[in-house]
Amino acid sequence: MSAIPKPTRVYYFGTCLVDLFFPDAGMAGIELLQSQGLTVVFPQGQSCCGQPAYNSGYRADALKVARAQLDLFPGDDPIVVPSGSCAGMMKKHWPDLFHGEPDEAKAVQVAARVWELTQFLVHVLDVQLTDKGEPVRVTWHASCHAQREMGVVEEPKALLRQLANVELVELKREKECCGFGGTFAVRHPEISAAMVGDKVADIEDTGAARVVSGDCGCLLNIGGSLEAGAKAARGQHIAQFLKERIHGR
Amino acid sequence: MSETRNSILTKLRKTRDAHPLTPPASDFAPIEAKQWAEEERLPRIRRLMEAVHTEFLDATEADWPAVLREFLAHEGVGSLIYAPATDTGKRLVEGWDASSTALIPYDRPLEDLKPRLFDTIEAGLTTTRGAIAETGSLILWPTAEEPRTLSLVPHIHIALLRADALYDTFLQAMRDQGWAQAMPTNVLLVSGPSKTADIEQTLAYGVHGPKRLVVLVVHP
Amino acid sequence: MDGNAPDFAAASRAALADPQLRGNFRRAMDGLMSKRAAQFSDAGEWHGVRALAASVRLRALSKLPELLETLEETCTRNGITVHWAATTDEANAIALDILHKTNAKLVVKGKSMVTEEMHLNAVLEKNGIEVLESDLGEYIVQLDGTMPSHIIMPAIHLNTKQIAHLFKRKIKDAESREDAAYLTDLARRVLRAKFQAADVGMSGVNAAVAETGTLCLIENEGNGRMCTTVPPVHIAFMGLEKVVEKLEDVPPVISLLPRSATGQPITTYVNMISGPRKPGEKDGPREVHLIILDNGRSSIYADPELRDTLRCIRCGACMNHCPVYTKVGGHAYEAPYPGPIGKILVPQIEGLEKRGAMPHACTMCNACVEICPVKIPIVEIMGRLRVEAVKPSGAVKDGGAKASRTEAMVWSGWAAMNASPTAYRVATLAMSKLGNAAPSSLPMLKEWTNVRTKPRFASRTLHDLARAKGVPDV
Repeated sequence: MSAIPKPTRVYYFGTCLVDLFFPDAGMAGIELLQSQGLTVVFPQGQSCCGQPAYNSGYRADALKVARAQLDLFPGDDPIVVPSGSCAGMMKKHWPDLFHGEPDEAKAVQVAARVWELTQFLVHVLDVQLTDKGEPVRVTWHASCHAQREMGVVEEPKALLRQLANVELVELKREKECCGFGGTFAVRHPEISAAMVGDKVADIEDTGAARVVSGDCGCLLNIGGSLEAGAKAARGQHIAQFLKERIHGR
Repeated sequence: MSETRNSILTKLRKTRDAHPLTPPASDFAPIEAKQWAEEERLPRIRRLMEAVHTEFLDATEADWPAVLREFLAHEGVGSLIYAPATDTGKRLVEGWDASSTALIPYDRPLEDLKPRLFDTIEAGLTTTRGAIAETGSLILWPTAEEPRTLSLVPHIHIALLRADALYDTFLQAMRDQGWAQAMPTNVLLVSGPSKTADIEQTLAYGVHGPKRLVVLVVHP
Repeated sequence: MDGNAPDFAAASRAALADPQLRGNFRRAMDGLMSKRAAQFSDAGEWHGVRALAASVRLRALSKLPELLETLEETCTRNGITVHWAATTDEANAIALDILHKTNAKLVVKGKSMVTEEMHLNAVLEKNGIEVLESDLGEYIVQLDGTMPSHIIMPAIHLNTKQIAHLFKRKIKDAESREDAAYLTDLARRVLRAKFQAADVGMSGVNAAVAETGTLCLIENEGNGRMCTTVPPVHIAFMGLEKVVEKLEDVPPVISLLPRSATGQPITTYVNMISGPRKPGEKDGPREVHLIILDNGRSSIYADPELRDTLRCIRCGACMNHCPVYTKVGGHAYEAPYPGPIGKILVPQIEGLEKRGAMPHACTMCNACVEICPVKIPIVEIMGRLRVEAVKPSGAVKDGGAKASRTEAMVWSGWAAMNASPTAYRVATLAMSKLGNAAPSSLPMLKEWTNVRTKPRFASRTLHDLARAKGVPDV
């Protein structure tokens, strides 16, 4: 990704899963950006990037939802998204989704300004974090779309490594999908269960108290599975984890 | 079936012309960039091929038949099939009498040799047209005089490699030797003895082709 | 092929319930992934050769009709008889005709995915012709009476113990030894007799060179060479997309295929065949036939987006890296091509009525796309097929087969809710207040809570929190 000069103002696209299930993580992301001296704008008209319908074959419905977001981000300020998957949808798939539509140019302009949160923290803001938390061992789960659509691989781990009291133990199969896959998890519940089962085993092998991730789909899946299996580790969104560490709780 | 042919080609042409495809240019530089110094090529070939159980013998123009004879005697190989009409074949037979290994000329069609070739002849000798440093591969160029089954059916394949005929890559060998202008009936790259990993990914050698590949390197 | 639609969900449940199978695949795929990665440790080299190989395949597709004509011309000049088949039935009929004319009783085969697509073995057996698969993995699968579970490693679903039992049951005088070397040698003995006696040898084609009329085959075992060298007649089968323009186009493909497939720098044999035995030559088949099969490929070619499916060089790396394939194995797909490439290729060949479920057996994780040596946008094509299944453009056989009014209504409702800020606000408010009361027995929640706790709706949305904390809206 080409780094851009540090802006004074950014838009925040919270995503529907964060909105409903992980609002504290969403808020933590906003506060992390604010702590770097930025004005964060959260357009209240926002809802969803359209990915669920897009990946299910209902492109017209996806287009309708994506279109409803387009006018929320006027100007040139970067758009920061606390999800690699939704960021990937906006950055990579919106241009295709709007191809041949009257608002294609606008969609392309918006797409080009989209950043995944950790990517933005590292490459644009070059944040330096001071750890005030207790010693803890964590592991990192890389979401498929963060890695392969947004190219986010090292950034979150680099942030975690800035934290003096955090021991990061990497997963044996860090790059392997957790089995969420949107509707896949309910279309193929047994396969999805087998996939998240392997992921949970991998997490347990690290001995980590927390598995940190940047995507709420994965967190619903992995976290829910850890909980259902009464495992010791807990899932947490990286924004919330970082915020807690720099505030010492 | 020419009707089928024409309808397939017509459909392909029509739909391609409706949606032409502009391919990116083919840049061969990433392959052309693979080069090794002259003195590195043979050791590299040897290392790669030995890693897949190929055996190596060193010899000179003067002594390779003797080196081969000794090797076969040492290994207790009772019979060697060879190409009698080639220069290599002629060199081989000179003074072979003393050997415990019987020489069998490949001097008739496969059909007349099949049972012996499959069931009794233990080794086959071929020449090569060089070797490739990138992958550790021999270039075999079978001819009317030197049939392709020499390197396929007997349990041991012995390949004569001249140490001054080494190439960096498959691409370079094919270009330098002008393959595209005159492909023979069969060309082969051979990079080791026959092998398989089809049983639980356990490597086993000698499944259908030769169990052993012996490269007889002839140094200038 | 039977008319019933294969049930991937049911078949995958059975596979998941078999811990032996799960273990076999997990181990095998982990090994293959790390071996492949070791081959591409130089990222610059990987990107360069990959771009080259992709350009070779794209250039071939850009001139496909012309190259096929040239291939026919050069092959014919070389003495290879070229046949064209629109369907698998036609291809089978052509093969049978050649076999009848040569009065063939015994056929030995090298690996060919196209003949799996044709169900050729069953057709030959029905016609009283003995046919023997000679690739060790294919031989094992044939003895077992099943299908390959991987396109490169057909018997990867079995372990040594299972194969030892199988050989003991099926091969005369076999000892009961769980030793890969012994089992391999046993197969060698059985098959060498067959190579010697066979009337016809059959093979696939990894790449056919239009420029020189050359058929390229790669393999490790030597069975491909046996099949194409020893019997008096050789019949090669290829999908019409397998052509490349020039001989120089072969090295890039050969450079990536074995490294991607099994993590080896090159296969033991690269076999380039440019004709039958010439006068004066002492071996090689007296006849070589090339059967070029369409079987839906020309329809795939017609669509500029779906056309990329035809870049494939059949390395199987997408399977090795697919988290779904790794869990359920190849048989669950009940298709000649399993895994990611199968999920896009098979529905296009066989139609969405029968295979509409296949493109959904994917989390869209893109692991396959990341490693595909010819850069096929597998997941984009998967997405497109999901569209075609419910909203047909006419590009894919049986388009619209999975259209459902209920599903369409659900998505339309979802879109209405998410496209209007007011509707979204009302809906999310309702979910925050009432969502957690939903019983786990509801459809979807039931499947979800099988191994997970119910997702908990937060009492206040991010919208609420941001507003409360004074985060500006514009």
